[in-house]
Amino acid sequence: MILAQQIISGLATGSLYALAALGLVLIFKTSDVVNFAQGEMAMFGTFIAFTLMMKGGVPYWGAFVLALVFAAVFGMLIERIVIRPLSTAPLISVLIATLGLLNIINGVAGWIWGYDPKPFPTGISGAPIRVGGLVFTLPTLLNLAVALVLMLAFFALFKYSLMGIAMRAVAENRLAARLVGVHTNRVLAITWGLGGILAATAGILIAPVTTLSINMMAEMQVKAFTAGVLGGFTSLPGAVVGGLLLGVLENLVGQFIPQLKTPFAFALIVLVLIFRPAGLLGTVQRKKV
Amino acid sequence: MLKLTNVSASYGRIEALHDISLEVPEGKIVALLGANGAGKTTTLRVIAGILHPTRGSVTFDGRDISRMETEEIVPLGIAMSPEGRQIFTGLTVAENLRMGSYTRKDKAGVERDLEWVLSLFPRLKERLNQVGATLSGGEQQMLAIARALMARPRLLLLDEPSLGLAPMIVRDIFTIIRKVNSEGTAVLLVEQNANLALRTADYAYILETGKLAMHGPAAELRRNPEVKRIYLGG
Repeated sequence: MILAQQIISGLATGSLYALAALGLVLIFKTSDVVNFAQGEMAMFGTFIAFTLMMKGGVPYWGAFVLALVFAAVFGMLIERIVIRPLSTAPLISVLIATLGLLNIINGVAGWIWGYDPKPFPTGISGAPIRVGGLVFTLPTLLNLAVALVLMLAFFALFKYSLMGIAMRAVAENRLAARLVGVHTNRVLAITWGLGGILAATAGILIAPVTTLSINMMAEMQVKAFTAGVLGGFTSLPGAVVGGLLLGVLENLVGQFIPQLKTPFAFALIVLVLIFRPAGLLGTVQRKKV
Repeated sequence: MLKLTNVSASYGRIEALHDISLEVPEGKIVALLGANGAGKTTTLRVIAGILHPTRGSVTFDGRDISRMETEEIVPLGIAMSPEGRQIFTGLTVAENLRMGSYTRKDKAGVERDLEWVLSLFPRLKERLNQVGATLSGGEQQMLAIARALMARPRLLLLDEPSLGLAPMIVRDIFTIIRKVNSEGTAVLLVEQNANLALRTADYAYILETGKLAMHGPAAELRRNPEVKRIYLGG
């Protein structure tokens, strides 16, 4: 019974890792950029939601949606202002640029909102639901539900919408995409916007647990990378599976040795890279020329 | 319809095309011949807007397109089946074709053209839900042409459609090229197989090391002793 309970709460956290990992993998697949700034983009969006609620008097869900709109615009702006001018630069320059962004966003957020952690509300509260011997807290169920809905929406978008197919086409062969008339820059900007939405959702849902602060995403981001690597870093379903698996595994480890929860994630990255570099669902990446 | 006037183009500091002038009239098949490295593919790239000319102009229906980007040129009615096919190998045949009509807004027309394209290439119809990577070379070439046709181009650019394919499949593909042309689409055909190209085209240009060496009606060039000796193997 304890095991089942641990698995459930593992899935709830894991679904947030999955969302963040989905954002990372999406951007990596389409624009070849490992976005180290994603966690800070999520943090910034969460602060926007917080400010709207506390200063603007906007209700929780209104603030949630507005923060996602902000996150989408923010993501697209970063693509336009920082990433696009570097499109012909070596990959290492782009990596450094996203690391730079990480620090810029973090610093600006500290300057605006200060450095003290603040409590962040949940979207739902009330007595936990008991089924058999299992306890489901309402925030846990909410996280699972939001993550599930968002993932299904994203997969439907990729599978069936013209924009989604175009994203996969751009990810695979940019020249061929241009030859059929795709404005590849526009598509890349949209993937950055979507990445921003995924990240901010993860941020807003994790904030009640981590409390709101400029460094709230530091640990989460490591988990998102682990989830992505676990899934192969090029596979969107892989990112989801990786996130859920990591959530469950680390919860089980934490059950016995709480101090090793985070080192476990790092150990997992190293082990996967050594023994199964293609991840669970990924394909081996050959560097594109 | 398409007109190149004194076009030069370079890759970095290396000039690949020098002072090329050519024309593709409405509804005709024009072949572009020459040895490897003569500048055939470069010419197509300049027309498609992948490479901008350093000198000269490219006009389509009298409009200068030499500074336009590829994604702006496609909706004007120029589509290309590129060198090496460049199909989306991770996308299904149906998704590849849908990408072909990416810039079009007329849903009914796209639907109709899908039927038309699949009737031209029945083998693609059987493989609609297969991903591109699982197709044979010939099927990939068919998909590359079909994808270009889904843009409903008035000018179709074909880069080496026969390359690496078995003679029977080449024959099929050229039958389809003629059929597409007979329904009104002009074709600019780059081809290594000069014999086949001259039998298919109305008019032909021959390039040598980036310069225009010769041009004339295809039937005349086929009888030209020099063309026979160099390009048609005696």
